[in-house]
Amino acid sequence: MAAGATAREQSGPLILERIAEARRRARFLYRGQFAATWLVLVGGLGLFLWASGQINPEFIAKWGPFILDGARTTILVCVVSITFATMLAILGAMGRLSRHPVINGAASLYVSLVRGTPLLVQIYFAYLALAEVGIVLPVLVAGIGALAFNYGAYMTEIFRAGIQAVPSGQREAAEALGMAQGLITRRIVMPQAIRIVIPAIGNDFVAMIKDSSLVSVIAVQELLWRAQSAGRRNIAILEALLIAALIYWLLTIIFSFFQERLERRMARGDR
Amino acid sequence: MALGEVVVSATGIEKYFGENHVLRGVDLEVRERETVMLIGRSGSGKTTMLRCLNFLEEPTVGSVEIDGVRVEADPLHQRSRAHQEQIRQIRLRAGMLFQDFNLFPHMTVLQNCIEAPTRVKGLPKGQAVELAESFLGKVGLLEKRDEYPARLSGGQKQRVAIARALTMQPKVLMFDEPTSALDPELVGEVLQVMETLAHEGSTMIVVTHEMSFAHEAADRVVFMEGGVIVEEGPPEQVLVEPNQEATRQFLRRFLGRGAASVPGGTGETAMPILSTGGRGQGTAA
Repeated sequence: MAAGATAREQSGPLILERIAEARRRARFLYRGQFAATWLVLVGGLGLFLWASGQINPEFIAKWGPFILDGARTTILVCVVSITFATMLAILGAMGRLSRHPVINGAASLYVSLVRGTPLLVQIYFAYLALAEVGIVLPVLVAGIGALAFNYGAYMTEIFRAGIQAVPSGQREAAEALGMAQGLITRRIVMPQAIRIVIPAIGNDFVAMIKDSSLVSVIAVQELLWRAQSAGRRNIAILEALLIAALIYWLLTIIFSFFQERLERRMARGDR
Repeated sequence: MALGEVVVSATGIEKYFGENHVLRGVDLEVRERETVMLIGRSGSGKTTMLRCLNFLEEPTVGSVEIDGVRVEADPLHQRSRAHQEQIRQIRLRAGMLFQDFNLFPHMTVLQNCIEAPTRVKGLPKGQAVELAESFLGKVGLLEKRDEYPARLSGGQKQRVAIARALTMQPKVLMFDEPTSALDPELVGEVLQVMETLAHEGSTMIVVTHEMSFAHEAADRVVFMEGGVIVEEGPPEQVLVEPNQEATRQFLRRFLGRGAASVPGGTGETAMPILSTGGRGQGTAA
């Protein structure tokens, strides 16, 4: 035993160091190959497009900033929409969990209706069809309204699951302390449900960045709308769409990065 | 310690879960400063009985009166506002401790304690904090006041839950198998706190499997089986020389030997559990 311990003392630190060094090298190599793969594939695609002779660099230089500016509108639309969608979803989830037949019925109808029809139809509806009955909304309001209404329904189900994921003992403990139902929902159940649900909201936000391109059909001047109008005017659809796609991609990468970090932090949390 | 007035009085409690007749007419009276322990095998109805007292389960038949507030079972109108308000009045007077603690994970220890006193009873925050701190000190966890429950051991969580219940200043404390979810080495610290409370004259109703603890700390032991009370009396009687064959059988099976050797006797199984609690050395004895 004593001899083993001595041997271990002598070779132990050395071998551990060598293992750590080998691991570091393997990780470095992996990351290098991963990055090189992306570089080669994306670069190859870029070269191919360039070689096709269809890419007009002047257009990109001149109209690129104009299209990029649409990202501001895209983000604005998404941030406002996800905010309203979250509020709708909380109400919707409470409605879906309500024992009151009218409230439950209304919430269920909302979810069924929205999930059963295409987002594109809802967007047209908010802008064109409502106008027919005298409700004329500015395009931005109609676009945000449709997105919020649509995502609110999907997120209703997320929140409902989140609320149901809060252990029933929490509600019982609060009841045993004499708390009334509304207080329990507000102070005990919701704060825990929202924690459970935040990663999913982040996910939906990233999805919404892409879905928000649909509001271009009612002339909300966001990314895709700007790309299309610049592209058409200059007969440079390929370049315009490439720029738009690239910007969407970057936006989702950026927000996914933050979302993952948030998720990790929530997982660590103080629970 | 001399017992006071009747604080809890349950009459003719019956409870069905679907077709299953779980409680078949249970009467229970608990006096001020009395510690009553409910024992019996699982499925005997003891936990359901406890939960009927504060209407976490609505009894099918019967009535409960706690500290002058009387509520009749009303399963047909249990969601009515008036009924719910009555139940709430009962709950304000009865603190409840659960097997799995049910601390609020998004609040610190102190916030857990003052949430209901400030928001339900309308106690000024400073006063609630003062109360909470004194009870946290009592369970030996004042230094944990700003920790979140996730950072506490099971035993510490249950002690915080006790402080949380005490901060509401209830007339009676009800424990539903408070040590069943704990690792064996953490049981002692919780029992120690409960024993202190009992000795100081808290009114308590405890559902438990800790026989030696029942023997030590109970004023009265109630043995339930098949949804009725089979036998009740002082622990020396019910646990050591039970009158009923059913009680004897339960004790024999529970302890794996003759009932006569339960606590007070050789008690190798029993006594060490009580002596493990490292905290609250100065327990009134």
